[in-house]
Amino acid sequence: MLAYAIRRFGQSVFVLVLMSFLVFIGVYAIGDPIELLVNPQADEVERVRAAAALGLDRPFLAQYWVFLKGAASGDLGRSFVYNEPALTLILDKLPATIELAFVAMVMAIGLGIPLGLLAGLKPDSFIGRAIMAGSILGFSLPTFWVGLVLIMVFSVQLGWLPSNGRGETMMVAGLPVSFLTADGLAHLAMPAVNLALFKLSLLIRLTRAGTREAVLQDYVKFARAKGLSQGRVIGVHVLKNILIPIVTVIGLELGSVIAFAIVTESIFAWPGSGKLLIDSINQLDRPVIVAYLLVIVTLFIVINFVVDVLYSLLDPRVRLGGAAASH
Amino acid sequence: MSGGPLLQVDGLRMHFFTKAGVVKAVDDVSFTVGRGEILGLVGESGSGKSMTGYSILGLVDPPGRVVEGRIVFDGTDLTRLDPAAWRGIRGNRIAMIFQDPMMTLNPVLRIDTQIVEAVQAHSGVSRESALARAREALVRVGIASPDERLRAYPHQFSGGMRQRVAIAIALVNGPDLIIADEPTTALDVTIQGQILFEMQKVCRESGTALLWITHDLSVVAGLADKVCVMYAGRFVESGPVADILDRPLHPYSRGLIDSVPARNERGQPLRQIPGMTPSLLSLGPGCPFRERCSSATPRCAESPEVTEPSPGRRLRCFHPAR
Repeated sequence: MLAYAIRRFGQSVFVLVLMSFLVFIGVYAIGDPIELLVNPQADEVERVRAAAALGLDRPFLAQYWVFLKGAASGDLGRSFVYNEPALTLILDKLPATIELAFVAMVMAIGLGIPLGLLAGLKPDSFIGRAIMAGSILGFSLPTFWVGLVLIMVFSVQLGWLPSNGRGETMMVAGLPVSFLTADGLAHLAMPAVNLALFKLSLLIRLTRAGTREAVLQDYVKFARAKGLSQGRVIGVHVLKNILIPIVTVIGLELGSVIAFAIVTESIFAWPGSGKLLIDSINQLDRPVIVAYLLVIVTLFIVINFVVDVLYSLLDPRVRLGGAAASH
Repeated sequence: MSGGPLLQVDGLRMHFFTKAGVVKAVDDVSFTVGRGEILGLVGESGSGKSMTGYSILGLVDPPGRVVEGRIVFDGTDLTRLDPAAWRGIRGNRIAMIFQDPMMTLNPVLRIDTQIVEAVQAHSGVSRESALARAREALVRVGIASPDERLRAYPHQFSGGMRQRVAIAIALVNGPDLIIADEPTTALDVTIQGQILFEMQKVCRESGTALLWITHDLSVVAGLADKVCVMYAGRFVESGPVADILDRPLHPYSRGLIDSVPARNERGQPLRQIPGMTPSLLSLGPGCPFRERCSSATPRCAESPEVTEPSPGRRLRCFHPAR
């Protein structure tokens, strides 16, 4: 297990370095940030001075080397635009996004798995068909459109829910969170539903497919032949087997929800990190773009590691590190 | 306890109501199993023998349904029980073992979990005493170092060992009847012999009756007290094992026995029953075997009644072999 963790860590560092290099090339190729940062009326002397101050006068590889040296000591550079450390900017915005993503995932999991089980156990019933029809809608309607319709109905027509912002927040462990206040919950409800809808549909379909396959297995029939209650057969024998693919997808989706909640954040003006990324790309604010992607990749690496550990807990045939487990 | 046989299946019909039509998987099957008795239920694939077993346990999945007949177990008609009461009998007084041991144990649950849950489903004993019973059951089916085995997962066992575990699970509540659905078919011959021996020994010791579902007459010959032959979902003939094997009356039973390769016919072409099993979907009235039967006459288009040619033997045929 320890050897496995160390090897994973080594691979992760390699991925981070490679990724930062590719982003560097990408941003370098798009254009010169000086064009956007310096007043168009400024003279050449002013431009050269600005480029030198930001280190942009040096050759590309030298710039990357400066970045790498800084990154090794935890300094991911300062934003060209805000003149603040890039990491601080991101960590200020990220908690709001993470909160939104977690609430959305909890909704998707809490509803998706039970509904998927129900649809899988009774595929031909009215309720089973209704769940599947609903999941097709959740799958195919574009996120931005659903968001706009939600605002139209619940904010404009009914006036029940606020359409933008985080609302009142409460400090928990030094971070502001919305879900503990009534006003914050009201603000959180629509963006979370909007973000959860696609994941919910995905989980319903995944759970249903797994359930339909599992209930035909001999071990389910054998469990019933033992005289176990229906609840134990479904809740233990079926669920534990179908959880393996579900956990994988939840892990991947959690990462992507945090990284790419941009559309939902834009529609509901949720003050998260998605908007920061879009602004930074528009302004070629390279340190923020690179730092943001490094944070996201780190997040993915951590989530994948957790998923791998969960795997080995769920499925005894999986042993981390590839050690043979048979007797 | 009542004075009658332990299990009496009477005129059982189990049909599948599919979109293509009604499939009569089990169509008028009757037999009895006495206490401690071993009945071999014999037939080809698709003859409805497994479905008969599932019907007795109430494990038939929709669109299948028991439409007629009685399943009297120890004086109680199981078909009249509510689902909860039937569940109380499953795994407790009637246990079942399946064909493929690689598939019957849940791959993600430890052996102790899978045995203990079977005990605790039927009695409110503590986990400790349930574990003690699990350990005891493993010892009875000949599993060495049971404490270590209890903490293992199914993938750490061979096929034969897994089937022993399944048998231990079936035995753990001390059932009166075990329904064994071809439990040795998927195993290689030496393991098959061991499992048969263990099953026979354990059942004799504890007085457990066995309903042994198989297509393999040589297994039945060594194991069973009585035989019941099925064909295309219907009862064909039944009687003591020696009588059926020595003097089969129904042409189908005779064909089945002749199909077993014999040692003194080395080099001869193997014998077989001509033709194929009919589709259960299009099966009309009359004897289902008449298309493949050398003794068939126009009369066979009607369904023959069950007769009793000699005490203890029952037969459904107009033209029994003499």
